[in-house]
Amino acid sequence: MPAIGNPQLRLLERLSNACAVSGDEGEVRKIVLAEIEGHADEVKVDALGNVLAVKKGSQRKRLRVMLSAHMDEVGFMLVADDGEGVFRFEVIGSIDPRQLPGKAVWVGRDHTPGVIGARPIHLTTAEERKRAIPVDSLRIDLGPGGKAKPGDRATFASPFRRLGPSLLGKALDNRLGVVTLIELLRNAPPNVDLLAAFTVQEEIGLRGAKVAAFALDPDLGIAVDATPAHDLPAWDGEPAPFYNTRLGLGPAIYVADRATLSDPRLVRWLTSTAESAGIPYQVRQPGGGGTDAGAIQRARAGVPAVSVSIPHRYPHTAASLARLDDWKNTLALLHTALSRLTPDVLAEER
Amino acid sequence: MPELLPFLKDLLSAPGLSIHEGPVAEMIRARWAPLVDEISLSRVGSLHALRKGTAAEPRPSVLIATHMDAIGLMVTRIEAGFLHITQVGGVDARVLPGQRVTVHGRQDLPGVVVQPSPRLLPPGFEESPVPLEYLLVDTGLPPRRVDDLVRVGDLVSFAQPPLELAGETIAGHTLDNRASVAALTVCLEGLQHCPHAWDVWAVATAAEEVGLIGASTSAFQLRPTLAIVLDVTFAKGPGASDWNTFPLGKGPTLVMGANMHPALHKALKDLADKLEIPYALEYAPTRSGTDASATQVTAEGIPSAVIGIPLRYMHTPVEVVAIKDIQRAGRLLAEFIAGLTPDFVEKITWDD
Amino acid sequence: MKPLIQKLTETFSPSGYETAIREVIRREVEPLADELRVDALGNLIVRKGPSAGAGPVKGKKRIMLAAHMDEIGLIATHIDENGFVRFTGIGGIRPHALTGGRVRFVNGAAGVIGVERLTDPAKAPTLEQCFIDVGATSPKDCPVKVGDVCGFERPFLDLGRRLVAKAMDDRIGCAVLIETLRALQSTPHELYFVFTTQEEVGLRGAHTAAFGVEPEIGIAVDVTGTGDTPKGSRMAVSLGQGPAIKVKDSGMLSDPRVVAWMSATAEKARLPYQREVLEGGTTDAMAMQVSRAGVPAGCLSIPSRYIHSPSEMVDDEDVQNAVKLLTALVSKPVDW
Repeated sequence: MPAIGNPQLRLLERLSNACAVSGDEGEVRKIVLAEIEGHADEVKVDALGNVLAVKKGSQRKRLRVMLSAHMDEVGFMLVADDGEGVFRFEVIGSIDPRQLPGKAVWVGRDHTPGVIGARPIHLTTAEERKRAIPVDSLRIDLGPGGKAKPGDRATFASPFRRLGPSLLGKALDNRLGVVTLIELLRNAPPNVDLLAAFTVQEEIGLRGAKVAAFALDPDLGIAVDATPAHDLPAWDGEPAPFYNTRLGLGPAIYVADRATLSDPRLVRWLTSTAESAGIPYQVRQPGGGGTDAGAIQRARAGVPAVSVSIPHRYPHTAASLARLDDWKNTLALLHTALSRLTPDVLAEER
Repeated sequence: MPELLPFLKDLLSAPGLSIHEGPVAEMIRARWAPLVDEISLSRVGSLHALRKGTAAEPRPSVLIATHMDAIGLMVTRIEAGFLHITQVGGVDARVLPGQRVTVHGRQDLPGVVVQPSPRLLPPGFEESPVPLEYLLVDTGLPPRRVDDLVRVGDLVSFAQPPLELAGETIAGHTLDNRASVAALTVCLEGLQHCPHAWDVWAVATAAEEVGLIGASTSAFQLRPTLAIVLDVTFAKGPGASDWNTFPLGKGPTLVMGANMHPALHKALKDLADKLEIPYALEYAPTRSGTDASATQVTAEGIPSAVIGIPLRYMHTPVEVVAIKDIQRAGRLLAEFIAGLTPDFVEKITWDD
Repeated sequence: MKPLIQKLTETFSPSGYETAIREVIRREVEPLADELRVDALGNLIVRKGPSAGAGPVKGKKRIMLAAHMDEIGLIATHIDENGFVRFTGIGGIRPHALTGGRVRFVNGAAGVIGVERLTDPAKAPTLEQCFIDVGATSPKDCPVKVGDVCGFERPFLDLGRRLVAKAMDDRIGCAVLIETLRALQSTPHELYFVFTTQEEVGLRGAHTAAFGVEPEIGIAVDVTGTGDTPKGSRMAVSLGQGPAIKVKDSGMLSDPRVVAWMSATAEKARLPYQREVLEGGTTDAMAMQVSRAGVPAGCLSIPSRYIHSPSEMVDDEDVQNAVKLLTALVSKPVDW
C-alpha cells in the first residue's frame, strides 16, 4: 500500500518549484523519468513530450487501465524585448489577470528572478483603481541588463511550503496528481496493466492526453488531477451553494464537467470502494472545467473514463492551497480501487 | 565595514509596520550603535542616534530622517478561519491577490491573501478588481486553530523575500523606505573617519506612512538646525514614465519645491556637482509627501531638504532599487555633513 | 449613572459652543478635582492626584484622559424671505438622518427640518436641499440669525440595558470620565481629565489641550461603531460585549504598549473587552499622539450603534465596564 510520507512531500516540493509551462514541460519530465526509473516495464517519451510508462500485472484477465496526470502548468511566455531587462509577456493557460501585479517570477530554465510590478498607488487615481490592470500594460522586469529572450517561459516565483495541515505552492495543479501517479506506478497492483501517462499541454486544451490515449489504447481511463475548492465564506455571510469541492472532505470524484460525463460504472466502482474501505470522498459539483478524461473518452473507439481530483483552493495563482489529508485519501482511494478492479466492473452496459 | 546588501536584506525581512517598528528598530540600533555616541527611542518609537560634532557648544545640528515603518495589512474580523483585512498605509488592493504574507498572531503564521471566486462576491466582480473589504487571508489552518492564534487588530506583513535582480538591483517589499535607512547607514559609516563640526541626529522615523508621526515628534524633540529627509521616489519603468519619474540607477534626486529650503537644496546640488555624483532634479510643487512636510513646520520651522532614491513599483511587494543609488545618496550625505562649517546656517537665507 | 447620562446628552453644545455642557460637567467634577481650569479653546481640564512637583515615584506618569464634550450640529447660513433657515453642518452630518428631525438652537429656539421636493425620492437629500422651519414667516419674525447653531432635539431613552440619545457621541465618554473620577480611590499618577472641545470639526480642542498638559500617556474615551445590526457594516465589535480597546481607526494606530497595558489590565480585572479596528473615523487620541515630542496614545471605546444620528445607542454594561477598566488603569503605577 503506497503512502504519502516525507519522501513524497519532498518530491512534491521539487515538482511544485519546478517550472513546466504548457509546451515546455522538460523540467518536470526529467524529474518524472528519474523517479519512475526501474518501476515500469516500458517507458517512452512520445512526439508531444508525454511520458508513457507501462507496468504489466501478473494475474490473468487484467484490464488495461490508463491513469493520466498532466505535468504542465499555467504560466507566461516572454514575447518581446523592451530593452533594459524589461520584457512583454503573454499568459499561457487561464490565469486571472488580477493575480499578476506585484509578483515575483522565475524566468527560463535557470529560474532567473524577475518581477511583475505595478504603477505606484501614488500615481493612480481612484477611478483607475476600479479597473483591473490590463495584461498588456504589465512587464516582466529582470533588472537593468537582465538576460532572457523572447520565447522563454516564466512562472510565479513561489516556493512550496507547508502550512500546518495544508500545502501551499504554485502548480499544485497538477504536481499533486503527478506524485500520486508516480506512487501508483511504483506500487502497481498485480491485477491490472497500469498505463501511466504523464501528459503535456493539458492547460491549453487536453492536447497531450489525446495522443497518449490513442497510443496506450486502454480499457478504461482515469484522470488524476487537482480541482478547485471555492469553500470560502460568501461576502454577505449567506451559505454559498457553489463551492465545486471543499477542502478536507477527501478526493473529489467527477460525475460531470464540461468535457466529460463520467462513465457511471466507474463512478459506482470508486464510490463503493471508498464506502467499503472507509475512505472519505466527495462528489465534485457537476459543472464547468475539464480534465484529461475528456480526451481519453474520445480516443479511438471510445474509452470509459472518470476523473478523481485532489481539491485545492486558489487554482492558477501564485499560491494554491491543498490539504495533506485529501491527498493521502486520494492516493488510498485510487490504490484500493485499482487493487479490487476486475473486468466485471465493465460487464454491465453503460 | 560590513557588507551593505546582507544588512539591507535583513532590514527588508524585519517586521515593522507603522507604530509597530520595534523589531526593525532593534536591528537598526544594533548596526548603528557602534557608529554613534548616543542612541535612544523616542516616545512614539523613532530611533534617535547622535554623533557629536567638534564645534564649540552650543553646536548646530542636522537631523537626517529616514522612515523605517512598513506598509501592510491588519486583521479586522475572523470568519470561519479566514481573516478579513484592512490596510496600514496606502496599499493598492490590486496587488494583493495571491500575495504571501505573515500574520503576526500569538505566533507568526504564514498565509496568503486570496480573492474569493466571483460567485462568493457581490455581482460585478467577475473581472473588476476586488476591493480590500472582500479579500481574505488564508493561513491553511483549521478555524479553531485560527481563533486560538489570531485576534482582531493583529498585523499582517508582506512575506515576499528580497530578490537580487540584474544590474545590481534588489527587489522586495518595504524598500520604501528601508533603502534610505541603508543609505543613512552608509553615511554614518562614511563619517567614522571624518570629523564633523555639527551634531548629527540620524533618525529612523516611525509611522511616516500613517501621518508623518515620527518626523514631526522627533523634530520637535531634537530641534535641529536643519533637517534632511531621505526617502524613495518614483523610478522610471513599466507603468511610470511621466515627468515625475527618474531613471533607476542613475543617481538620487534632489527635490525642490515649497517644502524645501532653496538654499539648502542648492548647497546639496552644488556639492553633488563638485563630487560628480550623478543626480536628477525632482520637483514637488506643493507638498513633498515626505517627512519634510512635517519637519519644515515643526516648532519655529526648520529648513528642510529632501533626497530621493528612485524606486520602481512603489508600495507593491516587488519594489526595485539600484544598490548604487543607495550608496550615492549615503556618500552625498556624508560629504555634506563633513563639509558643514559652524557658520553654515548663516548661508541658509532667502536670496530675494 | 443613567440620570447623569440623561443630563449630559440632553444638553445642546455643538462644536465651538460648549459653554452649556461645560457648566453641566463643571458642576459634576468641581467637588472631585484637585485643580480645574479652562483653556483658550474652552477645554475643561481637571487634575487629580499628585501634581508635577510631588517628586518622582516609580511608575508615576502624567496621563491625559480625553472625552470630547462637543456634539455635531447645524449652523444657519441664510434666512429666506419666508423665514426658512438654510444651514450647513458642523461635524459629520448624515443627510439621510435629518429629514423630519427637530433641532434646538443654543439660544433656545426650536425648529423642524424640511426638505425640498426631491426629483429622485430614492436618494438621500443633500444638505443644500434641506432647511429648518422655525415657525417664522419672514426674516423679521425669525428667531434665528445667520451663524446661529443648533443641535438635534431628541430626548434620552432608557431601554433597560440599552440607552439611546443624541450626542451619546461623546457625552457617554464624558460620563465615563466623570464616573471614573468619582470611583477613583487613589492614584499614583498626575491625572488630567480633559473634556475637550471641537473634536467633531478636527480634534482642535485635544490638539491644544495636549500641548498644554504635556502628557506622557494619552487615552481618549469615545464611541466606536459596531457590526451587529441587520446588513450593517461588518465590524467585529458588538454592543454588550464589553468596552473596545482601539488598535486602529482611519486616523491613527494606537500605541502597541497602550493596547497591551489596557488589555492586560482588563484581563487581570476580569473585565470583558473587545479589540477594535474601525474603518471610518478617529478620536482625540490622534491629536495627542503627535503632540510635542510624541505621546503613546490609545483609546477606550464605547461600542455605539447609529453614530451621528439623533438616536445613538450604547449598552449600559459596556459603559459600567469602561468605568471599571479606566479606574483600574489609572489606580496602579504603570510598569512599562
